[in-house]
Amino acid sequence: MQQTFRIIDEDGIHARPATALVNTANKFKETESSAEAKGKKVTLKSILGVLSLGLEKGDTITLITEGPNAEEALNALKDVMINEGLGELA
Amino acid sequence: MTTIKGIAASAGIAIARAFILEHPDFTVEHRKVTDVAGEIARLDSALEKSKAELEAIKERTLQELGEKKAEIFESHLLILADPELIGTVKGKIESDEVNAEYALNEVASQFVAMFESMKSAYLQERAADMRDVTKRILKHLLGLAFMNPAEISEETVIIAEDLTPSDTAQLNRKYVKGFATNIGGRTSHSAIMARSLEIPAVVGTKDVLSQVKNGDMVIVNGLEGEVIINPSEDVIKQYQVKQQEYDAQRAEWRKLRDEKSVSRDGHHVELAANIGTPADVTGVLENGGEAVGLYRTEFLYMGRDKLPSEDAQYNAYKTVLEKMEGKPVVVRTLDIGGDKELPYLDLPKEMNPFLGFRAIRLCLDRQDMFRTQLRALLRASVHGNLRIMFPMIATLTEFRQAKSILLEEKAKLASEGIPVSDSIQLGIMVEIPSTAVLADQFAKEVDFFSIGTNDLIQYTMAADRMNERVSYLYQPYNPAILRLVKMVIDAAHREGRWVGMCGEMAGDATAIPLLLGLGLDEFSMSATSILPARSQISKLSQAEMKDLAAKALEMSTAEEVVELVKSINA
Repeated sequence: MQQTFRIIDEDGIHARPATALVNTANKFKETESSAEAKGKKVTLKSILGVLSLGLEKGDTITLITEGPNAEEALNALKDVMINEGLGELA
Repeated sequence: MTTIKGIAASAGIAIARAFILEHPDFTVEHRKVTDVAGEIARLDSALEKSKAELEAIKERTLQELGEKKAEIFESHLLILADPELIGTVKGKIESDEVNAEYALNEVASQFVAMFESMKSAYLQERAADMRDVTKRILKHLLGLAFMNPAEISEETVIIAEDLTPSDTAQLNRKYVKGFATNIGGRTSHSAIMARSLEIPAVVGTKDVLSQVKNGDMVIVNGLEGEVIINPSEDVIKQYQVKQQEYDAQRAEWRKLRDEKSVSRDGHHVELAANIGTPADVTGVLENGGEAVGLYRTEFLYMGRDKLPSEDAQYNAYKTVLEKMEGKPVVVRTLDIGGDKELPYLDLPKEMNPFLGFRAIRLCLDRQDMFRTQLRALLRASVHGNLRIMFPMIATLTEFRQAKSILLEEKAKLASEGIPVSDSIQLGIMVEIPSTAVLADQFAKEVDFFSIGTNDLIQYTMAADRMNERVSYLYQPYNPAILRLVKMVIDAAHREGRWVGMCGEMAGDATAIPLLLGLGLDEFSMSATSILPARSQISKLSQAEMKDLAAKALEMSTAEEVVELVKSINA
């Protein structure tokens, strides 16, 4: 499952929302969660990976979940993206 | 006894023995290992210790400084458990058969380099977090037995090169009475932390670390920005008295926090604060500010590589308006040029930047930029009590042009169906003598004036305030300046307008009696000056200060005016 977002936060993906994303991904231990942007794919369970994408306002990011609870995990991640004011559905 | 000068970063006086907080040698050697599993176990054990430490710091920060300040340690904990970091380090230990500290250092420095090469200034700064976490793990791997400031158990003054976020968070307020550092300025991390912890601090001393030994007696004078090393008994006694006076005074000021600012004879004035960022509002409220008298919007534009978007500005303005809960917020539109440059605007160098293409002059020319700011302000206006003022207005034509641009943007927003407040007051800064002289004409068209004394003095005295050789001409009490201030206030009051002042002079204890007597309505100053000013005003009679001001206006020099004001205290 996957969902693409456009970053709307002025600072791009910074530490606080990145922390929230990683904490959420970590809750779903069985699920493989990753993020893809600018042709690079990283695991969502790594804050350094997420920050390394260097995402800025206007960039797009695709969140991908695979395996058990993939749908639930994607929904939870989507909530973080929206509630943190990080991105909007693209 | 030695005295060294620095920057007064946090008010108060601390007298205690020195604790040298040194960052030990983290040099790592490159070793081949045979027991790979043993190396990994060493790493795991260091990670465990680091985790326990960070959790304790996070908990303490949460208790003492709140959730916002604790967030950074939450990120540090995640880095500590990051599969991209730890997985890679373990992989390197296995494949290269190297020691854990070497593998960690190699991998971590790649992440540091990655952050440093990022475009966004914000992400570049994350390199510091990466270094902070790496050092913490290395400390355990190397078995460095330096004393952790968290373990200090007697009253001390911390002496350091600089203090990192985790250093400051670990300081135990019960024992750490103050600190002094080699580097840093009033807005550096360590200075901001000191003020929120209310610990006296002096930063930017350049060499305090080399001058002080562990256990030396040290006085940190955060009121005047000096550090006294090994003072004599007499000096210590003298500073103990100062310390008690300051503490007593601070307690007295605190009582005034929720009081109105009223003179002894019942005349009310408004005491407001100058701010640069939304984060400053906390300090305004803590110090009992009745308004924001000057929100310098330049900071939104500085330290970045392109203009801030309308949304980014809107969010900042909205935050300030909401936090002030209906109290007035005077926002000054972009005042750039002069001593404040924006590299990305690519403006030509000028011979006389203070007399050149700056502030409203620039905004009327670069209307795209100006209109974006005005739209953001208008949109934010529904979230509180917004007042807008234009800087560096020299002629009525400039004001009319700026106002008509504002009205155009307001009409556009209305046609887009975006709500805008109908009660936004529109004013100007009075900092150019031509405007002060013609204040009667301006008063017919503006809602308020705010006198910017730093520039008004420099333009009236024709003395560059960046030039130390003519600094003697910076004379706030010169009767020429007082007469200009009086002209502005009288002209405004005749038209039923109010007048504020947002330069250094508004919070100055010598100027306050005069300004009160001249009839100034609003005094805007640094937040920490508000309570002392409120205390001072409560002891003055406005009727008496009117007579005092009248006398001052008839004097011939600034020195005579100062003598006159001193006489009322005698």
